Amino acid sequence: MSTAIQQLPSHLEAFLQLQQQLPVHRQEPWFRGVREGAFTSFCQLGFPTVHDEDWRFTSVAPIAQTAFHLPEIPEDECNGVTEGDVAPYRLEGLAAQLVFVNGRYAPGLSRLPAGHKGLQVSSLAEAMLKERGIVEPHLARYADSSKEAFTALNTAFFEDGAFVFLPRGLALQEPIYLLYLNHGSATPQIANPRNLIVVGENSQATILEDYVSLGAGVSFSNVVTEVVAGEQAVLHHYRIERESTDAFHISTMRIQQERSSTVNSHSVLTGGALVRNNIQPVLAGEGGNCLINGLFIGNGRQHLDNYMKVEHRSAHCASHQFYNGILDGESRGVFHGRILVCKGAQQTDSKQTNRNLLPSDTAQMDTKPQLEIFADDVKCTHGATIGQIDEEALFYLRSRGLDDAAAKGLLLFAFASECLERMNPGPIRNYLAKIIIQALPQAKQSEAVL
Amino acid sequence: MSMLEIRNLHARIENHEILKGLSLTVNAGEVHSIMGPNGSGKSTLAQVLARRESYVVTEGEVLLDGKDLLAMKPEDAACEGVFMAFQYPIEIAGISNAYFLRAALNAIRKYHGKREMDAMDFIPFYKEKMKLLEVDESFMTRSVNEGFSGGEKKRNEILQMALLEPKLAILDETDSGLDIDAMRIVANGVNAMRSPDRAIIVITHYQRLLDYIVPDFVHVLVDGRIVKSGGKELALTLEEQGYVGVEAEASATAVAV
Repeated sequence: MSTAIQQLPSHLEAFLQLQQQLPVHRQEPWFRGVREGAFTSFCQLGFPTVHDEDWRFTSVAPIAQTAFHLPEIPEDECNGVTEGDVAPYRLEGLAAQLVFVNGRYAPGLSRLPAGHKGLQVSSLAEAMLKERGIVEPHLARYADSSKEAFTALNTAFFEDGAFVFLPRGLALQEPIYLLYLNHGSATPQIANPRNLIVVGENSQATILEDYVSLGAGVSFSNVVTEVVAGEQAVLHHYRIERESTDAFHISTMRIQQERSSTVNSHSVLTGGALVRNNIQPVLAGEGGNCLINGLFIGNGRQHLDNYMKVEHRSAHCASHQFYNGILDGESRGVFHGRILVCKGAQQTDSKQTNRNLLPSDTAQMDTKPQLEIFADDVKCTHGATIGQIDEEALFYLRSRGLDDAAAKGLLLFAFASECLERMNPGPIRNYLAKIIIQALPQAKQSEAVL
Repeated sequence: MSMLEIRNLHARIENHEILKGLSLTVNAGEVHSIMGPNGSGKSTLAQVLARRESYVVTEGEVLLDGKDLLAMKPEDAACEGVFMAFQYPIEIAGISNAYFLRAALNAIRKYHGKREMDAMDFIPFYKEKMKLLEVDESFMTRSVNEGFSGGEKKRNEILQMALLEPKLAILDETDSGLDIDAMRIVANGVNAMRSPDRAIIVITHYQRLLDYIVPDFVHVLVDGRIVKSGGKELALTLEEQGYVGVEAEASATAVAV
């Protein structure tokens, strides 16, 4: 706690500075109270410590002890990033692509949607000004600043992020790609991307959030994404964390699911020094369906923490969690899966599986299921495994001519593929497959084979 | 020079000595069958030849075309032309048969300095072999052995063998768990592989498979040693009389020694 308190004055200063700096924020007085409330709450909560049950395996001291600065004001529409820098992150057949640099919208690099009636994909800051009517009912209504310090920090400080809105009845085939670039700097920088995704009744969307570093330098991305899936809506959500190993990354995705909605969340973590991936669906309406699928690949001294909190508030909902971890080097992984079945959430079908492969003797994995069930007619299962590469399978592959490294590479890819196979076939899945192969400990061998 | 020369082979797993001075010579073009009761060391022999590291050779030597097979890693043995069809093929979720086999084939081709095969060349080649083993084309995209029936797994082993074209194929109880139809298909696949420059060792507990894959030689393995060798008729004798006779004979010889 002492470290947190020490850092608070600099945050306060930054907050005041932010309020002065950005004219756009002065024009949203309706949100000012929320920000101030969040900041007060952050000051009261302080950074979590390992004494907090939800943070038992992850110390955020390295974040609390670093004096982060807000990024410099952009000089142009691309914030010093060139089209060439973004080229590796362009995909064919997208509905839209928004690019953010250090938490700020870069209109010069973004591609807005065309031809879909009622579809909005824009900067959230802009939407707060122009679309208050559809933003205000949702923004900061789900992510909890009163209990979660990082959410409070984000709510108080965020400058921008993505706003995606699908009106009712729009089934969008093409994916929406949200790219967050962290431009390296000599001084540690903080960015607080804030996203709001509203998928209207009976609509369908595919959204990819991708976090990337450009150049070296310590950075901290503190992301909050609020998702609202309306009645009968379907959302395929993908998130990739592949920032540099100088990066701290805390992200919270709070999903609000209405009746009969389906949300498939797929997370792939390969980058970052200290990463916390919070996925928090609330199945608020009956018949909701939620898939929480993920893969984390750690190496070196990376620390990758996955915290799931699924709340079943209504009857006849299903939630299935599948997280696979591959930890090499001295990396450390955490999986903490909380399932809360509220009173009255009868006929809940909830399943949780966490499988981990540790090719290295010095890697470490902590896995913890936590089931809190207050209904009496439910099906909840959980299981976790931590193991090494299967020697039998390794011998089988080698006996067919593959050398030890190639065989290991293939087995690691096979293990990672379990996550890929839960995604819909298509360009996003293929894109992720390439990223995963490159992140695997035997990347070269797997690439040659695949 | 013989293709395979096994001399006085002793091998153990953990602290159990399984092979106790096994000698065998196999020439190119020949089909040898090794029969014997359970626990006699048949599978151990197959595993040692495929270079499984958990089996430790304590004495003897094995030469493959004059090269020291025991000095080879499993992948080197495979690249030198040794193929073992597993008694219990391993399931590998997440890797398709096509990926796996093309990778294996290319590893072997690379070892011999040959051009690697791209998917365009590989797929027709694969399909041709699939026809031979009467397997559905969906095999290509299915994960290696995952969810396969016992018969499918064994057919997949022989299909791999047909693709990798080894010079020495060892079938480790390929007939176990097969019904008569599957056995016929597997045997057809193996028979199609018979060639003057390839040797095949068929390890089996039962004679029935040998009705379909007719061996040139039959050896009886008892307690880690070959105690009797003969032609294909030896298998029939064993089928009628069981292993009891040869076991008694073997222990009598052991006592005499």
